[in-house]
Amino acid sequence: MNRHVKNVTSETSDLSRRSFLVGTAATGLVLGYSGVPGIGEALAAPSNFEPSVWYAIAPDGLVTVTCGKADMGQHIASTMAQIVAEELGAKWSDMRVQLASNDPKFNDPVLGAQITGGSWSTMMNFDAMSRAGAAGRMALTEGAAAAMGVPASELVVRDSMIAHPKSKKQMSFADVVKSGKATKTFTPDELKAIKLKTPDQYTMIGVSVPQLDIPSKTNGTAKYGIDVKIPGMAYGAVVTPPVRFGATVKSVDDSAAKKVPGFIKAVTLDDKTQTTSGWVVAVASTYANAKKAAAALKISYDGGPNAKVSSESLYAEAKRLQALDDSGQFFVKDGDPAAAFGTAAKVLEAEYTTSINIHAPMEPMNATAEFKGDILHIYSGNQFATRSGGIAAGAAGIDPKFVVMHQMWLGGGFGRRLDADMMIPAVQAAKAIGKPVKVIYTRENDMTMDFSRPLTLQKVKAGVDGDGKLIALSHDVVSAWPTQRWGIPDFLTPSVDKKGPLDSFTVNGADFFYTVPNHYVRAIKNEMAHNATPSGQLRSVAPGWTFWAVESMIDEIAAATGKDPAQFRISLLDGAGKNDGGAQRLRNTLLAAMGLAGYGSRKLPKGEGMGVACVSSQERATASWTACVAHVAVAPSGEVTVKKLTVATDVGTQVHPDNIRAQVEGAALWGLSLAMYEKATLKDGGIEQTNFDSYTPLRMSQMPEVAIAVIANGEKATGVGEPAVTVIAPAIGNAIFNASGARVRALPITAEAVKGAMKA
Amino acid sequence: MPTLTINGRSMSVDAANDTPLLWAIREQLQMTGTKFGCGAGLCGACTVHVNGEAVRSCQTMVGDVAGKKITTIEGLAAKGDHPLQKAWIAEQVPQCGYCQSGQIMQAASLLAKNPNPTKEEVVAHMDGNLCRCMTYSRIQKAIMRAATEMRTASASGNERRPT
Repeated sequence: MNRHVKNVTSETSDLSRRSFLVGTAATGLVLGYSGVPGIGEALAAPSNFEPSVWYAIAPDGLVTVTCGKADMGQHIASTMAQIVAEELGAKWSDMRVQLASNDPKFNDPVLGAQITGGSWSTMMNFDAMSRAGAAGRMALTEGAAAAMGVPASELVVRDSMIAHPKSKKQMSFADVVKSGKATKTFTPDELKAIKLKTPDQYTMIGVSVPQLDIPSKTNGTAKYGIDVKIPGMAYGAVVTPPVRFGATVKSVDDSAAKKVPGFIKAVTLDDKTQTTSGWVVAVASTYANAKKAAAALKISYDGGPNAKVSSESLYAEAKRLQALDDSGQFFVKDGDPAAAFGTAAKVLEAEYTTSINIHAPMEPMNATAEFKGDILHIYSGNQFATRSGGIAAGAAGIDPKFVVMHQMWLGGGFGRRLDADMMIPAVQAAKAIGKPVKVIYTRENDMTMDFSRPLTLQKVKAGVDGDGKLIALSHDVVSAWPTQRWGIPDFLTPSVDKKGPLDSFTVNGADFFYTVPNHYVRAIKNEMAHNATPSGQLRSVAPGWTFWAVESMIDEIAAATGKDPAQFRISLLDGAGKNDGGAQRLRNTLLAAMGLAGYGSRKLPKGEGMGVACVSSQERATASWTACVAHVAVAPSGEVTVKKLTVATDVGTQVHPDNIRAQVEGAALWGLSLAMYEKATLKDGGIEQTNFDSYTPLRMSQMPEVAIAVIANGEKATGVGEPAVTVIAPAIGNAIFNASGARVRALPITAEAVKGAMKA
Repeated sequence: MPTLTINGRSMSVDAANDTPLLWAIREQLQMTGTKFGCGAGLCGACTVHVNGEAVRSCQTMVGDVAGKKITTIEGLAAKGDHPLQKAWIAEQVPQCGYCQSGQIMQAASLLAKNPNPTKEEVVAHMDGNLCRCMTYSRIQKAIMRAATEMRTASASGNERRPT
């Protein structure tokens, strides 16, 4: 696990710092932990203190779980309810979910803030939700025992009923709540001492129960941020400058806009957060009118310092930085690669690149802001309520404790909604006109102002000895630093060469589980890219590019030394030293994928090939062990057809098998889309792709066959939203090599590049 | 003030004739099941039916559909139990769910005309609808499931759940 996670964990996972609250109120039984001061407090202090809740049981027996994680389609709210229900003993049809506000009492019990990412949610909330559920069951059982006049030890809890088999008496959860007899409280030590179920006792965990949010997503009733309606609200359309970041407004002429019916005002944003420089909001009575007014505004800009930057200049700068000996900081420094290269029988060097990529969730960015008394209410689907609430407060010029974030269902997140830029136009427009304002980005705003996956350049050098053993690997990663941009020190990692903190969300994955005695990983910040293309966390973040380089290079070494690439990986996954445990799990996962795909056993026609890759995404300590066998056909023109992706993943414990498959398939197809179909470019400081005609995620007709094997071996539950993204591109690249002899090193892969790399 | 016939009801809309139908439906009529995705007819999130044909409501102007029969996701089935909606639940299709109203409306226009589509016909009909969560394989399965149910129901005269 990254240092920041470790630090936060050690401070906040101590149950002695919490108290568990059980009590009956008129509205029902409420259960939860009190808020824990964590990094969240520094960012958005609690507006007031209330007893916190993870779930409540109403007198009618319905159990409503409050989910502190953003639900962007991973069904995490339903998963939290499932974990609670397992220990509580509630019937699934009694379970309901609601989404938490930004009150710190709903902070993640491990991370100490409300942030959803990293494929962390299930692993970091499993224990807390289990204990909350178990405590509720114990409180209800004691209440029922008192009401029935029987010993609690003789009671059996199942499907929201508490039964006493000897006397055949029984009470429902609803009966107990109504009786007011569930009054047990838990000390922190008692909570910690609760004996949770063992996996053989599970009746809920491991069952694909119907997801609670799905019906509302088939009939139009699920409410997303864009669907919010506040009485009397106006609408804002943003006008963004031609430069991605750094332009400023010189003048705004609204004379033509004033002729648009319903036009209220043009508001030039006061950018304090380095995210919305040069933005203007056209506010009007309807969104259609706001858009007309936005189009009618005549704005002149100072293009700022990045107005001439292009993809080519970002790449050239990355090359320059990589070539410098004193660039960057070390993330991994094992042994002495420089010396080992001197003794190596063979040295390979290669450069791998990835393009700028855009999140493009289907729901364009939006936020609604309403000042009501002293309180600023924000309605928006967001992945980082703790920070975004603070930014909304900053945009309003008020204390963060006066901001209430109303969480909505997210029409896709993928990391985009970790950012808070959409709060600023909504807040400043609402403040300027004295009415609630809903701001909706056009798709063009959304794409050109994305906090994109940065352009990356990686240089990998490998040394093998006379026996073909990999003895040295050096790996330079040059990119913008997405997470450093947040300005939260806890999210950075100390460098091993003590040159200050680095953004490990640019190098995670490069600290792989292969045994390589001499291994350097250097994180190099591309300041030009950092400034010109403010980057964000795009589904899988660093492992989405680090494994592209590592897993391609491992194949290149295997080819250069005449070894089977899968067998070569297995030999490197020997579990020596710090790799013990993880390496063996990754090896087993790779073998599972190979078996399912028929790797090496199926005879393929000429022009077809299989390629393998295996990854420990997202981070060393939070890995889901994932492997892929890609099967491709390569035409003489260089055209690649991905025929099948076989993905195996070891997730330890599966809460919801069907959801894991859905997430792994979605992630794998994201990996394919990034590998083959998605590319953004920068020209004159601006992103050139503005809509789905030029930025082209995978469509149905481009879908290959996907086979998935989920390995649940009883280890702790790990995440599944992202890891499979990272294994696809290298598996495809390696398959292309095996099919055609063409080695591609740039993403996305083009027919031209494949054709150019074929041996004549 | 144009009058629109939506989901069997006649409603007057306070919007200029050149207002995209999408925004009239969402803002004036406050039916938010129809979604804004791209504003350019490239993603299908805003798909509704006009006289039974699937159209992109972001590219359809209010003035052009007065007097025509408009159906949105809210009106596809009175109780939200169109065979496609039931199939969407049975196959647990939605992830984020944002594109799914448009997917269902697009699929409904296919099954209304072709009760027994091949996989290729499904792909050709659905390819204009983007799903960023990439739920495409489940969308295909759900369409096939609904098609089976609709054929079975019309053959036997009552609704049966496919097994």
